[in-house]
Amino acid sequence: MPAVAPGAIDCDLHPAVPNVKALLPYFDEHWRDMIVQRGVHELDSISYPNNAPMTARPDWKPETGKAGVDLDRLRVEALDGFQTSLAICNCLYGVQLLYTEDMAYAYARAVNDWMTAEWLDKEPRLRASIVIPPQNPEYAAAEIDRLAGDKRFVQVLMLVMDEMPLGRRRYWPIYKAAERHGLPIGIHAGSAYRHPVTPVGWPSYHAEDSAAQAQAFQTTLSSLMTEGVFAEFPELKVVLLESGFAWLPSHMWRLGKFWRGLRMEIPWVDRHPMEIAKDHVRLTINPRDVPPSADAVERLMNHFESDEMLLFSTDYPHWQFDGDDALPEGLSRALAQKICQDNPLATYSRLKETA
Amino acid sequence: MNVKTETRTSTDVNQSAKLAIADCDIHPSPKSVEKEIYPYLAKRWQKHSETYGLLLRQPYQNGPAYPKGQPDASRRDAYPPEGGRPGSNVKFMGEHHLDVHNVQLGVLNPLKSGQGLQNVDFAAAYCRAVNDWQISHWTSQDARLKGSVCLPYEDAALSVAEIERRAGDPNYVQAFMLIRTSEPMGQRRYWPIYDACAAANLPLAVHAFGFGGSPSTSSGWPSYYIEDMVAHAQSAQAMVMSLVMEGVFERTPALKIVVVEAGFAWLPPLAWRLDRIWEKNRDELPHVNRPPSEYIRDHVWLTTQPFEEPDRRSHLKDTMEWIGWDKLLFATDYPHWDFDDPVRLPLPKVDKATRENFFLGNALDLYGLR
Repeated sequence: MPAVAPGAIDCDLHPAVPNVKALLPYFDEHWRDMIVQRGVHELDSISYPNNAPMTARPDWKPETGKAGVDLDRLRVEALDGFQTSLAICNCLYGVQLLYTEDMAYAYARAVNDWMTAEWLDKEPRLRASIVIPPQNPEYAAAEIDRLAGDKRFVQVLMLVMDEMPLGRRRYWPIYKAAERHGLPIGIHAGSAYRHPVTPVGWPSYHAEDSAAQAQAFQTTLSSLMTEGVFAEFPELKVVLLESGFAWLPSHMWRLGKFWRGLRMEIPWVDRHPMEIAKDHVRLTINPRDVPPSADAVERLMNHFESDEMLLFSTDYPHWQFDGDDALPEGLSRALAQKICQDNPLATYSRLKETA
Repeated sequence: MNVKTETRTSTDVNQSAKLAIADCDIHPSPKSVEKEIYPYLAKRWQKHSETYGLLLRQPYQNGPAYPKGQPDASRRDAYPPEGGRPGSNVKFMGEHHLDVHNVQLGVLNPLKSGQGLQNVDFAAAYCRAVNDWQISHWTSQDARLKGSVCLPYEDAALSVAEIERRAGDPNYVQAFMLIRTSEPMGQRRYWPIYDACAAANLPLAVHAFGFGGSPSTSSGWPSYYIEDMVAHAQSAQAMVMSLVMEGVFERTPALKIVVVEAGFAWLPPLAWRLDRIWEKNRDELPHVNRPPSEYIRDHVWLTTQPFEEPDRRSHLKDTMEWIGWDKLLFATDYPHWDFDDPVRLPLPKVDKATRENFFLGNALDLYGLR
């Protein structure tokens, strides 16, 4: 396996909100009162049951409480552990799952201010994504505008399964704000659980919920492309986080085949989806749903027809690999270098400004 | 719009293709429901049909949720000269498609078959009628054609009855469902169907489309017909995942699943993903004894239309090897607009035996017709 060379940029790791008490100082008085008076529970999504195997790698899991809450451990295990130069924090507290728009807006602001004070201000290697309330795209755009001046926020964070497919015009104010500030849209695994996590209904097992994320990323990419998001926002980049990546080429073949037959329906899509993906879509490297042999991985990599699409990630503290085995077998040294450093720098222009 | 059609004769094709082929996805339609289907429906259901129509879990009384790309979603040259919808005339289908493409085995997959009707009793009656009609109007008229036992699959008991009624009848080569079920196919409510298929030695074909009622993506309803079409591949992945993770293949080892018209290149990445997740969640899945990729390799076949078309055929060859050449079944989707032409199929270069099995042998083996 290619080792992760010093200086890699980790594009997906997860500092966790330990509990709502930790957020209270970041709410205004009204919301602080509401949360206490109503006894609002922790917004921990069912996507990551706190004790499920993949939620925390065994050696990254504390004896009690949640993984990812401790800055010192994150420094040792994730940053020093992989000698990363920079790491992008994607907080997965379940803000997007709330049904109340104004509550979601208050939580998003609190999480972002907590991220700034508790993580970014304390550790210079950290960067973060702006948590937004997709429940209300105007609020979401306002939150992007509020924080965009802080160059340590390098991305806007959404979940792959929301109320509607993410290409829908309803969401465009978010993309407009992101493009205005040079921020990619990071789309992370997870659901607001407005719909069953498969197109054929609710599954029985957590393992299926995890596996179903890949299909959600596929239909989300179909939506972003067919609705014309990349035609309307030519500077916009989308980063698929914790999405897996092996499915991307075959999905583009399929979307491309139907595009050839049905492009009359979406005339603003004026080139093959694979070409659009090469320009606008990036994917993080973990989890990796790759074939068992290095030779097959190498062949799969060729199917991308591009060495610019994949970005290094550890997905800390989630359990995707053991030891320092963060990259799949079958990557050339040159490709590993692109994935670990060049591609993240090209994707997140703000990393250069603050690095 | 430019519509170009060509007239093709069996001589043209025999010169370029020569191979005899199996077409594992042909869609027959009745010329007239009243004249062809009603004779097999009880008076009660004829009246029900006249009064309430065929109510599915979708918005419109007639026509699809997403308007198609072509009238009847069909090739413009597939309308029989004597009139009627494309695919409604056995003689014309024989001349227009079976003869010229040297189709030795054509598997009929009727789509407006009553499957997915809200009223399951009506669904069962209608499926039964369509199954009778496949014999009277198709398989008895052209020996190259074989039928599919349409199941009212949202009700397992009614489906089992239909499978048992048709078991051993050489007019049918498989049982037939649609992918968009109301719950994931691995769930227990559907298990009796799998036992019955295994007992009757019928592979179970699961075709794109369906009316389960859930949004066709896990983020809600998409806007476009193209999204609806592409999304069949995601529904197919969810179906395969559910069958594996619920332990269906462990429980019913003789079950053979044929994924029809939902693509195939998604299968290897799905299997790799399921293997990784299975390995880490075995506590939750004590009934899944082997890596998911092994069940998939043993139990899942796929028809190839609409054929995947990457820029480089070598990429497609990788994918087909990962799936296993013996699991791929050629299909055209005649008479639909996205028909795959056996003469022009961008098949990667393979040896003669693999090519012959791809076009014919795999289907003969699966359906026990060698």
